[in-house]
Amino acid sequence: MGGLRQALTLILRHDPALWEIVRLTFEVSGVALFFSSLIGIPLGAFLGMRRFRARRLVISALYTGMGFPPVVIGLLVYMLLSRSGPLGQIEGDLIPRLFTPAAMMVAQTIISFPLVAGFTMAAVMGVEPHLRQQIRALGATPMQTAWAVLMEARVGVVVSVIAGFGSIISEVGAVMLVGGNIVGRTRVLTTAIVLETRKGNFELASALGIILLGLSFIVNVTMMLMQGKSFDQ
Amino acid sequence: MSQPVYRLKSVTKRYDLREVLRIDHLEVSAGEILALVGPSGSGKSTCLRLLNFLEAPTSGIICFEGCDYGSNGSVPLDVRRRVTTVFQRPLLLNRSVQGNVAYGLRLRRAPDQQERVDEALSRVGLLALARQKGATLSGGEAQRVALARAMALDTDVLLLDEPTANLDPYNVGVIEEIIRELNRERATTMVLVTHNIFQARRLADRVGLLLDGELVEVADVERFFEDPADPRTLAFARGEMVY
Repeated sequence: MGGLRQALTLILRHDPALWEIVRLTFEVSGVALFFSSLIGIPLGAFLGMRRFRARRLVISALYTGMGFPPVVIGLLVYMLLSRSGPLGQIEGDLIPRLFTPAAMMVAQTIISFPLVAGFTMAAVMGVEPHLRQQIRALGATPMQTAWAVLMEARVGVVVSVIAGFGSIISEVGAVMLVGGNIVGRTRVLTTAIVLETRKGNFELASALGIILLGLSFIVNVTMMLMQGKSFDQ
Repeated sequence: MSQPVYRLKSVTKRYDLREVLRIDHLEVSAGEILALVGPSGSGKSTCLRLLNFLEAPTSGIICFEGCDYGSNGSVPLDVRRRVTTVFQRPLLLNRSVQGNVAYGLRLRRAPDQQERVDEALSRVGLLALARQKGATLSGGEAQRVALARAMALDTDVLLLDEPTANLDPYNVGVIEEIIRELNRERATTMVLVTHNIFQARRLADRVGLLLDGELVEVADVERFFEDPADPRTLAFARGEMVY
């Protein structure tokens, strides 16, 4: 109850430090989710619709990615982007630096795109296979056919995006490793919760946890509302 | 009959090593209704998929209006869009009835879409259900929607794959009447696949028999049923063929 009271107090007080953490949390997870969906939805649709020689191998790799520990992905991204790593040595604006929100976005994208792709693939495979042939018979191009199938599987596709969002909004290991939890720069809700717990500020940590839960709930409800009546059918 | 719309030359179709269709020669004339009859698994639906360019033949040539298309499977989109199929088990998109009928028109960015949708729906007697979800329709209604979405496209060729299978006599009558009207008024070329020889006799100008993937005989409807050249055709037409 103390955590809930403090959460409400923090929200009502419009604490700028809190809103900065919330803003960065959504910025990092939002951008990561955008890129995860950009990669994951077409990949999932492709794997769901096309048959090719190495398909089982690719799907096995995808399933492995779905269960990959985020902290290991954080370690991988850390090694890639560190000064001694292969990407860290390259000078250029396109390569994100360690301990920046961009590095956190890269890690979160890698964490969530297999989930988006995997659930999208399952949703697409759930669409009646003969439908594709009937759509093509109406004169659809391969792209139009794929789009129509994705639209038929849209409930599952939205679930895939929600699953991807859930995997990164609650993620702490990777963002801690590559972001460093720097106040005002890379501190997000999950890393702030870890920090406050370690400091013994359990009420504040609980309050941040409740805010994270509430915001996650609002985002999921928004995504479902965007789908209109599809969920009720 | 005028010049052939289709001319199939030495067409075969194999899945893995199994040959499911072998047609040495077949012509479909503009404006005719050709019925392909035969038992289940004889290659009728495979033949329609080849005619709709949904699959490429394993070997041979499908000549459509003078242009040859072979096993490489590349058929221009504008050619593919001159043909459509009404399937035995129509699958409707998760949208309204009019959304389903309009779908093919939207793909083509066709003009006067609403008018064409309304006309097609009224023709199949489903204008009142235009706003209803496709998923809520009965089997007969869904088949009529499938026919309406094909009609709205006004293609040169309409392929019909067992369009009345599993339907009640009322819906069979409605659909057969629409097929006749389309053929009469728009001179649409049709290839009708059916295992119902009575339906083939009622609707077709010519009838072909497929057995085990082989096109046994094609003849005018009277000759096919009264005086066929092949004894297997006679046995099939008399219902004596055991399969």
